[in-house]
Amino acid sequence: MAGINALMGKKIGMTRVFSEDGSSVPVTVLEVGPCVVLQKKTTEKEGYNALQLGYWERPLKRLNKPARGHVAKAGVDTGFRFIREIPVEDPNEFEPGQELTLSDANISQLVDIVSVTKGRGFAGTVKRHGFSRGPMAHGSKHHRAVGSSGMSAYPSRVLKGKRMPGRMGGKRKTVKNSLIVDIRPEENLLLVKGGVAGAINQMVLVYFK
Amino acid sequence: MDIIRRLAYEEMRTDIPPFRPGDTVKVHVKIRESAEKERIQVFEGVVISRRGSGISETFTVRKISYGVGVERIFPVNSPRIEKIEIVQSGRHNRSKLFYLRNLRGKAMRQKIRNKRTM
Repeated sequence: MAGINALMGKKIGMTRVFSEDGSSVPVTVLEVGPCVVLQKKTTEKEGYNALQLGYWERPLKRLNKPARGHVAKAGVDTGFRFIREIPVEDPNEFEPGQELTLSDANISQLVDIVSVTKGRGFAGTVKRHGFSRGPMAHGSKHHRAVGSSGMSAYPSRVLKGKRMPGRMGGKRKTVKNSLIVDIRPEENLLLVKGGVAGAINQMVLVYFK
Repeated sequence: MDIIRRLAYEEMRTDIPPFRPGDTVKVHVKIRESAEKERIQVFEGVVISRRGSGISETFTVRKISYGVGVERIFPVNSPRIEKIEIVQSGRHNRSKLFYLRNLRGKAMRQKIRNKRTM
């Protein structure tokens, strides 16, 4: 049976491991899977091939009736916090209600990890775009303010796309080509080198390449 | 958090003797010269600092080499460390001995800690 190319998981946190040559490698620990197949999407019916997966159990009484009906159709007796679709070549190799773990995945050396960054709220240009700040002392009254937003008589307006203060973070970000350092299917753990966007317990999507 | 701690414990070394700032230690470091050749170098000096915790803990060893002060920072749990020998236990009233950097010769000697004062 062919494996699956993506799974859902959550961020556990960061630590370090020592590599063979003794250098210290920063790693992010992810819990990946188990995900449950809820629905098959096929070219005949939906026009594309995909699997609908559920992750992170949620008691049935916390679901509304349509959602309860949906999981019941797949023959699962629990609900899920997160439901996502993952493209597969042939959905008929999988059965609704089937549990997918790391051992079912097409393990590769590199993975892409999709997650949502930490929300920073309404942030200024120094934090949001890396603008430089003004002097903090010597009578300077220009500390972290925006500064000039453009030219004068021509064009007499602010150019579109000018980087300004505003909401920062809380956006979907992909970390591409993360190196897998360790993989433990029996504990559902995946260790990747470097960071992954988002807070601890953030749901992540791991794409095996 | 438990998983992180468990993973860290797996990586941590249990064969490192307990040592404190002020102790004189011999650190046996593995040095890779080429792909196959590996030898052990001993770095002997006074521990002037231990910082961090768990898997990330490091310690600083200071010695005077040909009249020049040399400091090396090692991760406590590094696999590059063959072993750590405690040559002498020192007695100090602070956890960071950075003031030793400003001392020379006789003033740099370490007070010896015996079992009773520990």
